[in-house]
Amino acid sequence: MIRRSARVLLMGWLFQFKQMSRSSFDSLLAVLWPLFFATVAFFMFRAGGKPDALVYASLGSAVMGIWTATSVAAGSALQRERWYGTLELLVAAPTHFSLVLLPVGLATATVGTYCMASTLLWGRLVFGIRLTIEHPVLFGLAIPATLLSIGALGFLMAVSFARYRNSWSLGATMEYPVWLICGFLVPLALLPAEVRPISWALAPTWGMRAIRHAAQGGGSPLLDIGMCVALGAAYVALGVVLTEAVLRAARARASLSLT
Amino acid sequence: MAAIEVEGLRRTYKTSTGTIRRKSKLIEAVRGIDFQVGEGELFGLLGPNGAGKTTTIKMLITLLIPTAGKARVLGLDVVEDAREVRKRIGYVFGGERGVYERLSGYDNLRYFAELYGVPPREQRSRIELLLEMVGLKGREHERAEGYSRGMKQRLHVARGLLHDPDVVFLDEPTIGLDPVGARELRATISTLVEAGKTVLLTTHYMFEADALCDRIAVIDKGLIVSEGTPGELKQAVAAGSVVEVEVFGLPEGCVERVRAVAGVRSVSVEEREQAQILIVQTGADVELTHAILGTLDGASVGRVARREPTLEDAYVALVSE
Repeated sequence: MIRRSARVLLMGWLFQFKQMSRSSFDSLLAVLWPLFFATVAFFMFRAGGKPDALVYASLGSAVMGIWTATSVAAGSALQRERWYGTLELLVAAPTHFSLVLLPVGLATATVGTYCMASTLLWGRLVFGIRLTIEHPVLFGLAIPATLLSIGALGFLMAVSFARYRNSWSLGATMEYPVWLICGFLVPLALLPAEVRPISWALAPTWGMRAIRHAAQGGGSPLLDIGMCVALGAAYVALGVVLTEAVLRAARARASLSLT
Repeated sequence: MAAIEVEGLRRTYKTSTGTIRRKSKLIEAVRGIDFQVGEGELFGLLGPNGAGKTTTIKMLITLLIPTAGKARVLGLDVVEDAREVRKRIGYVFGGERGVYERLSGYDNLRYFAELYGVPPREQRSRIELLLEMVGLKGREHERAEGYSRGMKQRLHVARGLLHDPDVVFLDEPTIGLDPVGARELRATISTLVEAGKTVLLTTHYMFEADALCDRIAVIDKGLIVSEGTPGELKQAVAAGSVVEVEVFGLPEGCVERVRAVAGVRSVSVEEREQAQILIVQTGADVELTHAILGTLDGASVGRVARREPTLEDAYVALVSE
């Protein structure tokens, strides 16, 4: 059972990733889109005149790219399934629907690695931001942990996309608030105190902290990675539980198809 | 045990209109239907657009939850045992949707083989076998977006059979196919029945139902209006006859006037280039040709013919009642 589930996840991830990578326009957009935001961030932070702030902005922009790719793409991926008429086929298959949806979130987060790489490279080549890594091993762990947890959040969002036909736009509306609330560009300490619990409940916050602490030193990157993974696992567990209820509601309300 | 058992099945949709003052409306797509399909039988569900055919199939394949009533497939309840039902059924629908266009036909099949739990060691041979069967061998590594409509339809069939299901649901599988493609697909459907599969088929094409189905249920406005073998359905109207009148410019209100003629069972109109063919089913032993011509208000009339009723006439009579 576990072996089969792992295989379905792996094959689903490969399939979804292959599908998302097949459009050269989408791939180009995944690389170029975050560069616009990164450029704005670099100019803003450069005006501050602190070299450390540019590294801060570079890492923040890189994770922004992963989140953007996931939040927008997870919604549009599900909408595309609906337009293709494949969403009903996926639901009609005997595999638990969460094993179908989770790879969608993971694949979109994987596409986010393009964004991350292009943002870091852009910062290095155009703005001369040199990234020195304080704890390379922890940095190496923090990146996949962040990717997986953002993928898990994408999965949780995808569960709602399966139920509500128009909720695909939810991903786009969540793009900017998460940039702010998870401290991608602005330290959490600057946010109002009442907002911070929301930040702590979001895995990208801990992923961002883990990456920054591993790269720039300070803090406790291992704890951040642990929190990031734990929250990601909680999203997956919640998503699996919700999937059955959401799917039943979609079958009752006939919202799986467009016809 | 019947392969498919349907008892008092109903499905209602809620729709709403208006932006500020929204009004909800309930649409009864299926209004309490009963039928059974035996194991190894090819059962046809016929009906006009919006009759409830696809809604019925979607309830049977677990995509929709019935508003009321019961349905069992191979003894399994379609609501309570949905996952078990899914393992044992295949679903194929007509049209070009339902395909991952950016990927190859082979990738499409590989993904669904995984989702349907086809053992990894058997996947390759099973896919090869089905590609051969549906005639896509040699084209399987091309992107599906370049496939013709017929090729996509054949890919659907292969996908629906990947896990060797016991019951296959075919929802208008030949719609939009060219005559050769449709004939090949019908041959494939016959092969399925020969292999012992139970098939539930919906189609608009009467000759297709006549040629393939063991039994047919005619569904109209969410209700089954008749059920039987193609022969039995034809028998229901065999006692009458059909008058076909070629009219150039059918006058307004003519169909209603013909329908009002005593002895007329049903009236339909077919468009043929500049002419309209008025098809009138009449009772037995009545000669209504003159009465029908008298309702045409002097419109230009071409060929007038009288013939024996076909299955299509039986269908038209049933859904016109």
